[in-house]
Amino acid sequence: MEITSDRNEAWRKALRVAFPAKDRLAIERVTMPEVPPAERVKSQRVEVNKGVTPAMAQREARRCMDCVTPACMEGCPVGVDIPGFVKEIERGEFTRAAAVLKRASALPAVCGRVCPQEKQCEERCFLVQKLKKEAVAIGYLERFAADHERETGDAPLPESLPANGIRVAVVGSGPSGLSCAGDLAKAGFDVTVFEALHEIGGVLKYGIPEFRLPNRVVDAEIDQLRRLGVRFVTNYIVGMTGTLDDLRADGFRCFYISSGAGLPRFMNIPGENSNGILSANEYLTRVNLMGAGSVEADTPVYRGRHVVVVGGGNTAMDSARTARRLGAERVMIVYRRGEEEMPARVEEVKHAREEGCEFITLTNPMAYLADERRRVKQVIVQRMTLGEADESGRRTPVAVEGSEYALDTDMVIVAVGVSPNPIIPRSVPGLAVSRRGTIEVDPESMQTSVPDLYAGGDIVRGGATVILAMGDGRRAAQHICRRFSGT
Amino acid sequence: MNKILGKTYFSERVVKLEVEAPLIAKARRPGNFVIVRVGERGERVPLTIAGADTRRGSITLVVQVVGASSRKLCALEVGDHVTDLVGPLGKPTRVERVGTVLACGGGVGIAPLLPIAGAFKEAGNRVVSVIAARTREFIILEEEIRACSDEVIVMTDDGSYGNKGVITTGMEAVIVRERVELAVTIGPAIMMKFAAALTRRHAIPTIASLNALMVDGTGMCGACRVTVGGKTRFTCVDGPEFDAHEVDFDEMLARLDGLRDEERNKDITSV
Ligand SMILES: Cc1cc2nc3c(=O)[nH]c(=O)nc-3n(C[C@H](O)[C@H](O)[C@H](O)COP(=O)(O)OP(=O)(O)OC[C@H]3O[C@@H](n4cnc5c(N)ncnc54)[C@H](O)[C@@H]3O)c2cc1C
Ligand code: FES
Repeated sequence: MEITSDRNEAWRKALRVAFPAKDRLAIERVTMPEVPPAERVKSQRVEVNKGVTPAMAQREARRCMDCVTPACMEGCPVGVDIPGFVKEIERGEFTRAAAVLKRASALPAVCGRVCPQEKQCEERCFLVQKLKKEAVAIGYLERFAADHERETGDAPLPESLPANGIRVAVVGSGPSGLSCAGDLAKAGFDVTVFEALHEIGGVLKYGIPEFRLPNRVVDAEIDQLRRLGVRFVTNYIVGMTGTLDDLRADGFRCFYISSGAGLPRFMNIPGENSNGILSANEYLTRVNLMGAGSVEADTPVYRGRHVVVVGGGNTAMDSARTARRLGAERVMIVYRRGEEEMPARVEEVKHAREEGCEFITLTNPMAYLADERRRVKQVIVQRMTLGEADESGRRTPVAVEGSEYALDTDMVIVAVGVSPNPIIPRSVPGLAVSRRGTIEVDPESMQTSVPDLYAGGDIVRGGATVILAMGDGRRAAQHICRRFSGT
Repeated sequence: MNKILGKTYFSERVVKLEVEAPLIAKARRPGNFVIVRVGERGERVPLTIAGADTRRGSITLVVQVVGASSRKLCALEVGDHVTDLVGPLGKPTRVERVGTVLACGGGVGIAPLLPIAGAFKEAGNRVVSVIAARTREFIILEEEIRACSDEVIVMTDDGSYGNKGVITTGMEAVIVRERVELAVTIGPAIMMKFAAALTRRHAIPTIASLNALMVDGTGMCGACRVTVGGKTRFTCVDGPEFDAHEVDFDEMLARLDGLRDEERNKDITSV
């Protein structure tokens, strides 16, 4: 299906005429139906957001003014044609809406759920900028269109170019690798994705919990890639199980490295290796990937009654909410800046609060005390104030002398960021790597200093977002296509 | 899915498995380990590689039944498959020609000691091996260890085989008798702690191969962290071998025990 979405098409004009701006502006922003907090904290797997109905979606789509120069699109890192898909929803062409989305985004059902819309497209919405109203719920609509397509089975298998016989290896099966693999398969390449873990999906599977992103949404994308002919090899660590040279010898002519930012950071403060203190990655992997917490799973996990989560990002919110679901009576989110500065999506902060998580902001851990069996029993924290803005524009927290106090706890989850996974940078001779350990690339082509190697996602950006990781994968795929065109 | 090609019982509770894994067999070096998972609900369990046969495309693992996961693995028969097998993981042993190497293995630690002792022997060292276990049935691979050692001392706690006593007794007998340039120790954490204390007193550089708790084995979770020389290191990517004199064994022993209560209480609450 060739989808064009020109603002001047007759149907778009007709829609604009049919509803005057005044009527559009009178509509209130849709509220996402949610499972009530008391019920949802009983399950790790029940998705909190239930999704909007077709009627709700069409009504919400009507709030969009179909601006001449849609500022929302400038807020989207991959330039989704936002009015284009929203207006398809308004006129009831949901499958076409999904097709418009897929021109720019490989994973709309995922991005509709996890993108920080309030800092991207929705922040730029005309309704917010000019009228001080609530933005069009672009994220909800994106999710709606993508879910509708998946659930009705209307998704046509994208058309692929004839096979060109060129083998390309994708290293890592997170959002970046999956989108690169999809685009290359459609262009006729023979694509194999190598994944270190036993599951495909990267952070989408082992990190982000099912109450926010159900596995079936990710699996549907993976199935689609399989149908396009993409091969998946799990339990294969590139650089350990086999080297790039081994793969070159097997006939792979080009590589896309999307190995993510897997290495959890710790704060290196006294007592941090006590029992009951773990990284968010460890906690979430045990629960989400290994099923710890369910009776059947062999993998154990710490259970805390009074859980402290350190950090203010999505990972911290996911950990805190998971701890509630595993039975913690009290969950305290300790963050060194204020709530305004929290990098987490606003919706996650709201959901965490509704689920009874406490926010202890402008506070930073200094040390941990453990009992005689070395299990953590207290965290010593210090109050902070916000000082001057640093180069990133965020105000630097400054410790308040003499403000230390103790919080009683029996489990601590450290969610203070991740560093790039070092396995690939360490194993590829001649690969240019930054001081932070990220792989350096040409930002246009995503090509690294090794000519047959491209890279993108968190391994290039450090801990970033799904949409940026996805965008990198698509950009690299374009350049790989260009590189081999004419052969 | 990797097929079990061979299975040998060393004793009722210690099993040697030969597992099909051609790529790992080719890539592995002494000191590397793998992660194994049995069943869709299985745990990811690290096991040091005890040997490899590139011609048959297989590796050998030696497993002692200690809990649910090792029991599942040991229950597999020839022709069955492990659900997942990934590796080789960790940094390989740095093998150099140093002179005399004291190779010390306790219990199932004797199995991963074998390729390391072999590599030091091949590099031209004099290798004196001390292998120890609680009782006779847990002394494994003695013949193979003998084949790559200049001398072997066997110790059992109860004296049921070899000399009576703990591993350090056997080690000390060698240390007082001749000059030792390097000691390597693999086995239960408590054994390595005492072995390290002994060699520290005699100022003999010592490597310990640590068996920390792990999840992914690729540096992603930090479950395997240990304190070495006052710094936090990840056993799976920075190790598994570290300077034994710098390892905080007390912390490591506590961490190994940390999840024990949770395992027992697992069925009380569920999601
Ligand atoms: C808990 C959590 C919550 C998050 N929430 C959000 C959110 O709400 N919104 C958002 O936009 N972003 C969120 N993020 C960030 C987002 O998930 C990442 O930016 C994104 O997943 C990066 O994608 P990627 O493909 O680069 O890497 P990953 O998703 O990290 O995938 C990398 C994959 O490569 C594999 N790998 C690594 N090394 C090798 C190797 N040598 N050989 C083979 N395979 C290898 C890894 O096992 C992994 O599966 C969250 C992250 C976490 C951890
Ligand atoms: S086992 Fe997860 S980091 Fe080492």
